[in-house]
Amino acid sequence: MPQMWNITLRVYRQKENEAPHFDNIDMQVKPDEYVLDAVERAWAFHDATICFRHACHHSTCGACGMRVNGVEKLTCITLIRDVVHDGGTLKVEPLRNFPVVSDLAVDMGHFYRKMERVSARPIAPVAEAEIENPPSKWDPDAERAQYLRLSDCIECGLCISACPVMATTPEYLGPAPLAAAQDNGIQRKPELLSVVDCEDGVWRCHSAFECTAVCPSFVDPARRIMDLRKQVVSARLGKLFGKA
Amino acid sequence: MSKPHVVIIGAGFTGVATAHDLALRGCDVTVVERGDLCHGTSGRTHGLLHSGGRYAVKDKESAVECIDENLILRRIVPQVIEPNGGMFIAIEDSDLEYAEQFIESCEECHIPLDELRPQEALKLEPNINPNVLSAFLIPDGTFDPLRLALAFAGTAKHNGAKFRTYHEVQGFINDGRGNVSGVKVLNRAANKIEELRGDVVVNATGAWAGQITHMAGLDAPVRPTPGIMVAYDRRLVQRAINRLNAPADGDIVLPQRRMVVVGTTSFDAENVDYIPVADDQIQLMLERGSELIPGIRNARPRGIFMAARPLVGGGSGRSIARTFKCFDHKETHNIDGLVTITGGKATTLRAMAEKTADVVCAKLTISTPCVTKEMPLLSYRQYYTNPN
Repeated sequence: MPQMWNITLRVYRQKENEAPHFDNIDMQVKPDEYVLDAVERAWAFHDATICFRHACHHSTCGACGMRVNGVEKLTCITLIRDVVHDGGTLKVEPLRNFPVVSDLAVDMGHFYRKMERVSARPIAPVAEAEIENPPSKWDPDAERAQYLRLSDCIECGLCISACPVMATTPEYLGPAPLAAAQDNGIQRKPELLSVVDCEDGVWRCHSAFECTAVCPSFVDPARRIMDLRKQVVSARLGKLFGKA
Repeated sequence: MSKPHVVIIGAGFTGVATAHDLALRGCDVTVVERGDLCHGTSGRTHGLLHSGGRYAVKDKESAVECIDENLILRRIVPQVIEPNGGMFIAIEDSDLEYAEQFIESCEECHIPLDELRPQEALKLEPNINPNVLSAFLIPDGTFDPLRLALAFAGTAKHNGAKFRTYHEVQGFINDGRGNVSGVKVLNRAANKIEELRGDVVVNATGAWAGQITHMAGLDAPVRPTPGIMVAYDRRLVQRAINRLNAPADGDIVLPQRRMVVVGTTSFDAENVDYIPVADDQIQLMLERGSELIPGIRNARPRGIFMAARPLVGGGSGRSIARTFKCFDHKETHNIDGLVTITGGKATTLRAMAEKTADVVCAKLTISTPCVTKEMPLLSYRQYYTNPN
């Protein structure tokens, strides 16, 4: 018999025209299951009215972001043993700074409009992807430049939820869109300058670095925002000295 | 005259692609889905854009569908595809014995092949098993499951289709003569039962198709057949690596973002709302996957999941053809107003939608032809940015 833990899944509930509350569901879990497995079982066997977003279950789609015991997590790759202990409580809540559709499901519309505004690249050459720990036999010359891969940012919204500035300034572009602008590069896409060099753009960030702390997908938005500032300054100086 | 209204049950691959096709043919379309997009099988697909090579020897109909649709999807939705190709590799003598029929079958199915010597294969993919005996390049690819569906759904939405997620079908509305004239749905976000009338209802629920037809008193010949996938946290290859042999467990390793994903298995299941992950299958994926790419043993799992294929037709497990079937229940059971589409594969979603839309349009006497082969899809983000 695999090791089983008894936990209480504490689920945020909110239906149209009803006050939000929490439901407690006692369940058995394996410590090496993922948090999303527990939520899905709660839906399948305990309460079919629980609404939540999920699709790929392996950190490529970005749909299953939630706050788990108060911290933003991509629940499909968050092991239960890393966030709770036997006999403990696992609290799941919807992401902050998004409108709640129902229970754990949030509306991504406003965020995806911002990703469109900065023309975030869904796919990019492997050679540009900055893989920090390449596999041991990686051949840097091969034909790797011709390969494409899906971008690191999976648009899960965890950084938007964790960002303290987003909470007070909904019009702030926010970490993932600014990181996507940096990835595009202002030299390559000069039209992005006016999108990010403004009150609700790159200067609004307070360097809290919460975005990088919660990012499940190696984007490191905080570092990219700092780099984007350099790009903006150098583009401005270029303009000033006529090197557009 | 107002447009005919088609209600599609299910916002998986088939449902969203059918919504896209029917919106272009001039229908009012409403998609109802009990979860969010790709809540069922579609989200948890392996993500292999099939060249058809896997099916060429045993199931030529599916193989031809796959290569045709593979080439179309590369054109119309490149935004969600890693188009780096695939490699079939032989590691044991029995794999080499399979090569001859593999080459012949791929030729028959017009699947382009490029044979490589072991050294050439290892130069392109340094992390495959160094004991590779022979290899073939083939136009496989990887796609992002949710974004593939979003691109179809977003384009459909742009063309007027409406999506009602978190709406679970509870039963059909009967026109009093035994025909289907709409659905009763539970709006799960509001805890309210609502009625939605339609000139035709399309059951695009894949592995759940039988449960839906059951509500109309019908059986559908669908067999939910789950399999496991295990993602690992290192992108060890650029191409889809396949074992050169008859389809078996754990014989495909796909790159995706910074990961590789090993799949899969095949077994029968009744209730597929929740399919528990079997520990012995996780171990099997590690063993079989590392035969193809030994470095998987040094990687860590990053997501383990099960998905239920919706197989149609006779036989069992992998002997069932991977093609699809569309049923007009007027013809099968003399119940008008209901069409069921099931079977098929993610790679063939557009073709499944074309066939279904043809059946629906014939019922509605719409003569507009299908144009989805040629029409590039809009940004997948349009699903979220377009108002509903």
